[in-house]
Amino acid sequence: MPDAPGTELLAQELREAHPDAVLGTEFFRDKGAIRVAPAAIGEVLEILRAKGFKHLMSVHGVDYYPEEPRLGVQYELLDRDALDRLTVKLRVPLESPNVPSVTLKWPTADHQEREVYDMFGVVFDGHPDLRRILMPEDYEGHPQRRDFPLGGEPVLFTHDEAQGKDYTMGTDRPNA
Amino acid sequence: MTEVTDYRATEDRVDVSQRVQALPSPAPDQELLTLNMGPHHPATHGVLRLLVTLEAEIVRDLKPIIGYVHTGIEKTAEDKSYWKAIPVVERMDYLAYYFNAMAFCGATETLLDVEVPKRAQYLRVIHMELNRIMSHLVWLGTSMLDLGAVSVWWYCFRERETILDLFEQSSGQRMHTRYFQVGGVMEDVPAGWDAKLRQFLKKMPWAVDQYLDLLNRNEIALRRLRNTCPLDEQTLLDLGVTGPLLRAAGNPWDLRKAMPYSSYEDFDFKIPVGTRGDNYDRFAVRMQEMKESVKIIEQALDGLPEGPYITEDRKVALPPRHELATSMEALIHHFKLVTEGFRVPPGEVYYPIEGPRGEYGMFIRSDGSSKPARVHMRDPSFVNLQATLPMVKDAYIADLITTLAMMDPVLGGVDR
Repeated sequence: MPDAPGTELLAQELREAHPDAVLGTEFFRDKGAIRVAPAAIGEVLEILRAKGFKHLMSVHGVDYYPEEPRLGVQYELLDRDALDRLTVKLRVPLESPNVPSVTLKWPTADHQEREVYDMFGVVFDGHPDLRRILMPEDYEGHPQRRDFPLGGEPVLFTHDEAQGKDYTMGTDRPNA
Repeated sequence: MTEVTDYRATEDRVDVSQRVQALPSPAPDQELLTLNMGPHHPATHGVLRLLVTLEAEIVRDLKPIIGYVHTGIEKTAEDKSYWKAIPVVERMDYLAYYFNAMAFCGATETLLDVEVPKRAQYLRVIHMELNRIMSHLVWLGTSMLDLGAVSVWWYCFRERETILDLFEQSSGQRMHTRYFQVGGVMEDVPAGWDAKLRQFLKKMPWAVDQYLDLLNRNEIALRRLRNTCPLDEQTLLDLGVTGPLLRAAGNPWDLRKAMPYSSYEDFDFKIPVGTRGDNYDRFAVRMQEMKESVKIIEQALDGLPEGPYITEDRKVALPPRHELATSMEALIHHFKLVTEGFRVPPGEVYYPIEGPRGEYGMFIRSDGSSKPARVHMRDPSFVNLQATLPMVKDAYIADLITTLAMMDPVLGGVDR
């Protein structure tokens, strides 16, 4: 794993290449992370690829509610020769949740970016086929957001339908 | 809220036709047939729908459509305290429950900075490797069923039954055992368990040879496996494919060796790799992996250290039962753990392990409370599924069935 100074050095190199790219670094539990500006993600990942981090293992979406900017996307990079891992993090606000897609350069991101879009509503600009992947195509809302209620899927019971009632929410918990 | 309660009204307004993607129009001189394979096709090993475009019997295009068993496990886990989230997380990839639990517990332990006792680490390794054999046995049985070799299934489930019995003895459950706890394992293995395990370990390499005898001279199986749907190492790496699929193409990447966790560095084992990356290599790699797993379990059992099976940190692990009657402090710890759970320092971790299908990576974000703020599983089946099209493009539809069987996706893990 790159140690804290190693992460700093990587961030410094990124700063030299793109002055606005790096927002900061983190080092937590023996693992480094670099926070970057959303617009620079494509170039940052390319520079890190040249530094040996050739494999993108995972893309996660995170909702930092109630913090702002709310939505986060994280890229887990792996260097198979030096046996290093590094996280690249970015944050976008709910109002303009746009992140440049990296799918064309990193084919593995295809399904994972679609999942983040589906679950959090982060729009990956330039993704060749940005559709919902796990939820139905006509689904409204992004279920992994923190303010989306658990049990938020309305259920229509035949009993209620016969009485002309509307969809009901689960009754086991108050609606968040 | 209104967004959800007005669901029916909005649903009626939605014009689905606008969202359906137009398929590429066929060239005038050829006739393309678009066909749904699944979601309830027995060869899809779950509820996977493949939208295949065929030219006669040749697959020209393919789109996997998933989400049919999406149950929102990641969302559910956010509403449970860490130790109560283990059972739901285990149900993601339902053939690799020990691996799901290990990834989750490992991530939580990293956040907490808790040391896991050596005995617990070895017990975890034993159970994970048994799980790996079990998962491969289900894969072998169902795959060969797809290829028409029905009898192999019965032989595989014979050994699988023994493994499930062992799981039942150590934890009380055959599947989704919730044996791994944050900080160690639930309880020590019962007396006599190791004798039964040794009996099984003695039989297993012979059983693998028996399966190979059934298949390695079976002309039909061989013709359907050999040289069908190969994919080169670089494409697999670009697509993020891990596990036996990558090793079949010759890349010896295995997290147990490369970045050991849970004391894997103590054991001597080999990583089987293929040479051509075709379906036969995918088959052969998994067969050898079962034998290697037996070797790991033998070493772990021989070297099983004495000591506690769960951390002594009472802020994380439940106190032993006998202390509850005599110690006020134990009672308080017990009460706090059972009602609220333990609080976890804020932070974000990614904990990857090597499962039967590749890299299971658990991402947990903690906000300092007793419930995780985000749980995400990087499931290998989900990522590996992207390699289906490059593998089967311009192959026969019969080879698509074989390739899907050899990819071994578990849809519970894909959809989560």
